[in-house]
Amino acid sequence: MPKDHGIGASPKRREDVRFLTGTGNYTDDINVNGQAYVHFLRSDVAHGKINGIGTDVAAAMPGVVRIFTGADFEGVGGIPCGWQVTDRHGNPMQEPAHPVLAQGKVRHVGDPIAAVVADTYEQARDAAEAIELDIEELPAVVDMKAALAEGATKVHDDLENNLCYDWGFVEENKDAVDQAIKDAAHVTTLELVNNRLIANPMEPRVAIGDYNRATDDSTLYTTSQNPHVIRLLMGAFVLGIPEHKLRVIAPDVGGGFGTKIFHYAEEAFCTFAAKAINRPVKWTASRSEAFMSDAHGRDHVTKIELALDKDNNFTAVRTETYANMGAYLSTFAPSVPTWLHGTLMAGNYRTPVIYVNVKAVFTNTVPVDAYRGAGRPEATFQLERVIDKAARELGVDPIALRRQNFITEFPYATPVAVEYDTGDYHGTMDALEKIADLSGFEARRKESEAKGKLRGLGVNCYIEACGIAPSNLVGQLGARAGLYESATVRVNATGGLVVMTGSHSHGQGHETSFPQVIAEMIGIDESMVEIVHGDTANTPMGMGTYGSRSLAVGGSAMVRATEKIINKAKKIAAHLMEAAEADIELKDGQFSVAGTDKSVAWGDVTLAAYVPHNYPLEDIEPGLEETAFYDPANFTYPSGAYCCEVEVDPETGKVTIERFSAADDFGNIVNPMIVDGQVHGGIGQGIGQALLEGCVYDEDGQLLSASYMDYAMPRADDVPFYNVDHSSQTPCTHNPLGVKGCGEAGAIGSPPSVVNAVIDALQSGGHDVTHIDMPVSPSRVWAAMQG
Amino acid sequence: MYNFDFEKPTSVADAVAALAGEDAQALGGGQTLIPTLKQRLASPSKLVSLAGIADIKGVCMSDDGQVCVGGATVHADVAANAGSYPALAALACNIGDPAVRARGTIGGSLANNDPSACYPSAALASGATIVTNAREIAADDYFQGMFATALDEGEIITEVRFPVPEAANYQKFEQPASRFALVGVFVARFADGVRVAVTGASEEGVFRWSAAEEALSGNFSADAVPAAPGADGMISDLHGTAAYRAHLIAVLTKRAVAACG
Repeated sequence: MPKDHGIGASPKRREDVRFLTGTGNYTDDINVNGQAYVHFLRSDVAHGKINGIGTDVAAAMPGVVRIFTGADFEGVGGIPCGWQVTDRHGNPMQEPAHPVLAQGKVRHVGDPIAAVVADTYEQARDAAEAIELDIEELPAVVDMKAALAEGATKVHDDLENNLCYDWGFVEENKDAVDQAIKDAAHVTTLELVNNRLIANPMEPRVAIGDYNRATDDSTLYTTSQNPHVIRLLMGAFVLGIPEHKLRVIAPDVGGGFGTKIFHYAEEAFCTFAAKAINRPVKWTASRSEAFMSDAHGRDHVTKIELALDKDNNFTAVRTETYANMGAYLSTFAPSVPTWLHGTLMAGNYRTPVIYVNVKAVFTNTVPVDAYRGAGRPEATFQLERVIDKAARELGVDPIALRRQNFITEFPYATPVAVEYDTGDYHGTMDALEKIADLSGFEARRKESEAKGKLRGLGVNCYIEACGIAPSNLVGQLGARAGLYESATVRVNATGGLVVMTGSHSHGQGHETSFPQVIAEMIGIDESMVEIVHGDTANTPMGMGTYGSRSLAVGGSAMVRATEKIINKAKKIAAHLMEAAEADIELKDGQFSVAGTDKSVAWGDVTLAAYVPHNYPLEDIEPGLEETAFYDPANFTYPSGAYCCEVEVDPETGKVTIERFSAADDFGNIVNPMIVDGQVHGGIGQGIGQALLEGCVYDEDGQLLSASYMDYAMPRADDVPFYNVDHSSQTPCTHNPLGVKGCGEAGAIGSPPSVVNAVIDALQSGGHDVTHIDMPVSPSRVWAAMQG
Repeated sequence: MYNFDFEKPTSVADAVAALAGEDAQALGGGQTLIPTLKQRLASPSKLVSLAGIADIKGVCMSDDGQVCVGGATVHADVAANAGSYPALAALACNIGDPAVRARGTIGGSLANNDPSACYPSAALASGATIVTNAREIAADDYFQGMFATALDEGEIITEVRFPVPEAANYQKFEQPASRFALVGVFVARFADGVRVAVTGASEEGVFRWSAAEEALSGNFSADAVPAAPGADGMISDLHGTAAYRAHLIAVLTKRAVAACG
């Protein structure tokens, strides 16, 4: 019987009532009395020298309040980068300045040059068109390898070149890896591109700055996954506002997918301008602006080599990756191709030595940063593609080759510096084989053939590092932040609870799943628990939501705070029942004295805490409110095995997904329905990356895929019904819930199986195709079939 | 969007008069024009909506058996009411999404003549007559290249008359992002010959594939479809090379012929 309550139950998402009935409160729904509107004049060239910005005519136009340019921000800090990577030679990465508004040069299409603040948005746009720009267009660098060539145009004149860093990991293993590859019985090599993506959350970014002259308080309403991080970065590094004078509110947020983690110039601008003109300033991105100003994702060019011995055991992996940073360093950009990518190159396999080289490159394109999975999809894709290619070259079953090399003993220390606490890779593969009906594949292939279609089956495994992250460890790796999480649990007098969490929900369903945990711990109904998030004024300092961390880290903080609550409540209950604290038990919302029939209800205890007439005031304080900060001891390591079946139309090259099965190990699961939904959404995005989505610049740095006319988002009919299974569970050993995180798995685990399946289909049709870069579009498949 | 004046006349004559002003622009369903205005890529002084003219809406049969579609008829109405020309109804049923089909009009589509639009292929393959407030234009004379037509300034499409073929079929291969036709082929078999019109592929917009027409007029079977035309002059972009589009023309023509039964 499925549970109907607490951990393991699947209550419907309570937040959906407001989302589905149009009563959510998104940032653009917020209007502050007297607000003005800003329109950003953005560069339409990828690279240029600003010789002049003439604003006189524009400033005199109707409704214009003030026009800002880079000159207004000369005394203001730039947009900071939150992670410093150290290169192979022990030197810090090259870190360019990132002004709020362009100073001296524009460096990508969409780089903001000027900001017009006016009474209405249309007036601001009208005036922006009247600004006289004198920009001398310069040659742009778009291709990463060309950007590193001798004499290439520099994106930043004050840097040595366009190389942000040349990172080697683990540098000490390099010689051993080279030797192992030399000694190998077989080496499979694959060169591939991990395609650049644009996240496209349904809600574009919005920022509203508000300033109270009487109190000198600033407030920023923003579409963020982590309001506290924005407050710290913007307050401390950009505008010089101490936290107690700055409030950041991220209300309902319509999807983030990573791209709303980062601190953006528009947020700093609205906060700064509101004070400068003493009037609230609102900005709502158009979809076109989102395409050219939201941080993009992925964009790796990689060569991977897998070495095997004569018995097909993996002996080494060597990779060389070029990772696009874009024109500036976005908040966490340097960490994505390094610590979130190199550390995952062992995958699910016992490869004794691994060497990962990453060259991060500046180009005249939009900054690139974390996008759902962030580094881990790039690692998984190359590894699972090269394993599949190796199996084909060696003529062995791709599942058998994987199984042969699985890690089977835990904890397992990989050669890339992480320690997997738990996992059961054979178990997840067993689960996959069951739900994917592999034995029925040949019959299905025949059915496809009868329709003139080529059917292919692709499998892959994945491992991810989630529950980000131990602060002391990431500090050593260059993070300029801690990555703990926080929760304050406030119990009201009549027994209801409010949890103020530093995590932020923007689609994940925390308002439903977090109360299930508390309900389980206390034995009360979930409806007695409310979750508050998204406002720095009423939540403890927390790091927000990304990296599948909310339940593993934020949930653990909530558990710790609730444990403190229960401990104190037991003291009160002991007093009320005149019993020893050690004898008090809590079950189903009742405190009882062990071995007696004495009991007192949860509500009686909470009331006593706030009406302390009969209360141990000499021992404990009144009230029932506790805060906990939780810093994880390790990452969590969700893993899984995925299977995709495709049909390829050999006449047009069109690929359709016929079946998709996902077996995941997320450890313990709080709400199976929400987990299913997270996996479904992730696979949808993975299929989008594999078949449809591709951000393309031309050689001049013009964004060709600048709207939905050319950037293909997956639609409902592009994806199949999914078989999802998470019965294989090896609980995390180091957090109190035993949970691992599920938010990114689908996006990490699905692209390789899709491409593996396409290759399988084409080879079954006699086509000698070993790789097609994503998106595997009809035209690319057809071209590959032409040889 | 820039400011503009707006008129919604109830007769063709009033619409023609309203369009006489400088920089006035007719507005059909607005499925191309409104996004263009929102991006500030057009600045008409006046928009003249044709949606209020009852005379140019709806689908009917003429006495000589042609399907007549009013210029301001939305795609959804054609899909629902052009049952006597099933291939035309099916084409209309697959344009865009339900919201587009509820607003977009046949007159708007043909006046805009987007090189990837569906309707131009139906009009050209059917040998339709484009009727305006001023004259009747044969489809063969009407399409004059990408976004170019025989329409004069201020001329309004009031009706499109489609001869009904013995058999017809439209095959659209969708561009993955926009879901416009990456290539679309409309095949119409008449008693006196076969017409094949191709949209989405050519830099010159919709065109008749005469080699296929000749072959199919002699032998109306998929096997008779000639080898793909040359790639010269075909569109090459993010979504497909010229060679790929040329290839698709032959594939889709075969499929259309096969679907004609």
